[in-house]
Amino acid sequence: MSLYEQKIHRWGRISGILALIMFTAYPLLLSIYFKAWPYLGALGKGLLGVIPIFYTVGVIEAFTYGPMLGAGGSYLSFVTGNITNLKAPCAINAMKVAKAEPGTPEGEVISTLAIGISSIVTTLILFLGMVLLSSIAPILESPTLAPAFANILPALFGGLAVVFVSRNWKIAVGPMAFMLILFIVQPGLASAVSLLVPVGAVFAIGVSRVLYKRGVI
Amino acid sequence: MFHVNHPVLYGLAALVILYVLGQSVFFTVKAYQRAREMGMSKKLLASIMRGSAIFSIAPAIAIIIGIITLSRFIGLPLPWLRLSVVGALTYELPAATSAASALGISMTDALTDARAYATIAWVMTLGSFSGLVIITFFLKKMQRGLMTLKAKDEKWGAIFMDSLFIGMVSAFLGMIFSEIRTGIKGWIPVFVMVFSSLLMLIFGYLVTRKKIAWLENYAMPFSMLGAMAFSIPLTAWIGG
Repeated sequence: MSLYEQKIHRWGRISGILALIMFTAYPLLLSIYFKAWPYLGALGKGLLGVIPIFYTVGVIEAFTYGPMLGAGGSYLSFVTGNITNLKAPCAINAMKVAKAEPGTPEGEVISTLAIGISSIVTTLILFLGMVLLSSIAPILESPTLAPAFANILPALFGGLAVVFVSRNWKIAVGPMAFMLILFIVQPGLASAVSLLVPVGAVFAIGVSRVLYKRGVI
Repeated sequence: MFHVNHPVLYGLAALVILYVLGQSVFFTVKAYQRAREMGMSKKLLASIMRGSAIFSIAPAIAIIIGIITLSRFIGLPLPWLRLSVVGALTYELPAATSAASALGISMTDALTDARAYATIAWVMTLGSFSGLVIITFFLKKMQRGLMTLKAKDEKWGAIFMDSLFIGMVSAFLGMIFSEIRTGIKGWIPVFVMVFSSLLMLIFGYLVTRKKIAWLENYAMPFSMLGAMAFSIPLTAWIGG
């Protein structure tokens, strides 16, 4: 591991721990300031409603996106959030433009740079959005624009699909066909798409392994 | 007196967001310096940063809609904080809903009870820690494992990475098809996706065959924005 990478891991750990403290500070300080402690029963029930699914999703995301985004990119994107719909595609795009492979030293810095800029821009836009909320809310929520925002994921993944199919269509065909069939047969899975990302990844790795062993790729 | 848009809540949210902004700036600067040391040109890095900024605009605006949705119930500061850091609407909305239903309150009116608000804030916070905890404490180990895998067989290492990405993309592609059995309306996301792919192919053609190099950096954001724009007349026409 290079000196830079070692430093990234040190910074990442320190900033990650600080982030956990900062995130907890919001509910903690508000509880202290307003002398308003949560209703314990409701807290327990509320957590029970989210933890089984979202802790699983979090763990899965960590293991799927960790290798993809590199060290700096992962430390940053797990703090700044919106990974699937923003940070991961942004990093993929940047690495493609820079012709840097994920998992290489070049990929590492490009991914970090892209995710860093994306986080800064997103934070600024959200701040502006909040300040100007009363004037922009009617525009953003207008029925005319509604389809555009409802279709942001298809609009994003259509372009991404081209990138990956053109890179290696032999690997892509199997997992894509598998997922298409799965979702058409079981449309209800759409709400659990995060859980299916690792299923797709494991399937793709399996297919690739077979193709690789047979010398097809 | 507590209310969901109390100035103290804005102050607390701003504090956390400033920390995260600082962290983003720090990592960006370090990555930039490292990239320069590695011999990457200023021009390339500037174009990567511009591309990433443009890429982020549309998804960020979509996030604002999420803030608006949540703000009717829990005010502005908490959704502003949660969606600026860690969260995505796909998590924050179910978390708030889960807490609200545990409290036996409806999400249609603004909250007035400080303790109910605190309960929701705690649930949203504590329910989202797992990914960050794993990354903070185990990423180094994961990266080592990955390096060993690559050192053993470099070609397979590269294929392995591609497979991870393809797994992610294929899951989302599958999701886009999940409503096609509901009729023509269910095909709208599919048409939008195909349109985005077509734009990407056209941009790819312009970049490689027509040598319009600058376009490469914007091909993805333009395809996304183009397809989003396309969905408006398409939905009006189909009658979504």
